[in-house]
Amino acid sequence: MIPTHYVVMLAAALFIIGALGVLIRRNTLIVFMSIELMLNAANLALVAFAQARQDVSGQVLVFFVMVVAAAEVAVGLALLVAIFQSRKTTDIDEVRSLKG
Amino acid sequence: MEIAVFIITAIIALIGAVAMLTAHNAVHSALFLLLNFGAIGVLYLLLQAPFLFITQLIIYAGAIIVLFLFVVMLLGAETDEPAKDSTPWQRPVALVLAAVLLVEAISVFLFRVNVTQVAAKPDFASPENVAKALFTDYLFPFEITSVILLAAVVGVVVLSRRISREHAREIAQESPDLTQLPERR
Repeated sequence: MIPTHYVVMLAAALFIIGALGVLIRRNTLIVFMSIELMLNAANLALVAFAQARQDVSGQVLVFFVMVVAAAEVAVGLALLVAIFQSRKTTDIDEVRSLKG
Repeated sequence: MEIAVFIITAIIALIGAVAMLTAHNAVHSALFLLLNFGAIGVLYLLLQAPFLFITQLIIYAGAIIVLFLFVVMLLGAETDEPAKDSTPWQRPVALVLAAVLLVEAISVFLFRVNVTQVAAKPDFASPENVAKALFTDYLFPFEITSVILLAAVVGVVVLSRRISREHAREIAQESPDLTQLPERR
């Protein structure tokens, strides 16, 4: 069995990279990809804990996170397309007001 | 043996994540994210989660990455980072915050909280057991996921309908003769 703290450390590293992506990238699409990366890191930690406790509940939680991520990506990308059609940009600094 | 596979896969996942962050082309970013998702899928397999391995490949590596690539290419937004940065102070602050988070994670790793590992059961997370948990203990959350997905579908349809109406209005303003074509028929 793989030691749980190794996997949790990897999950923390991936989460940090995702958080950095949200903070320093300007392209909204890449910001979205970074959010997916953070969700995946959380999933990895959940699976590691499920393995450590030999309990399937953690894996069921990962399934729910995946459903929410899929819904979030669909709505988020539709919003991005809407913003792009009115502003002609994907730069996150250009979008300062909600009203188009 | 398992540890060796874990280390190699972890390195691939980290490389994918860092390359996703640093790539200038959004298409390359999406493809590096795919590499990262594949590596995490292999880790799920190592962590006794075969059901999640398949789900990861189908949902993340299949559906979500394809959606990302589709939108990147639809918008033609492969490389649009502006030369001038309107908030130049943000990058160093973000790096400092990331370093703080990393130090925190490493300190937890060094003075590690004991995670007691229970004796291994060979097939605790077989798809049958996952389904049993999903449809008995977690039946109500499972029903709620259907509501979430329905709300997402309705939201996307509403957004895209409004876009197409505005788009039609724009076309009508630019060239009025185009919009009269259907009426002539």
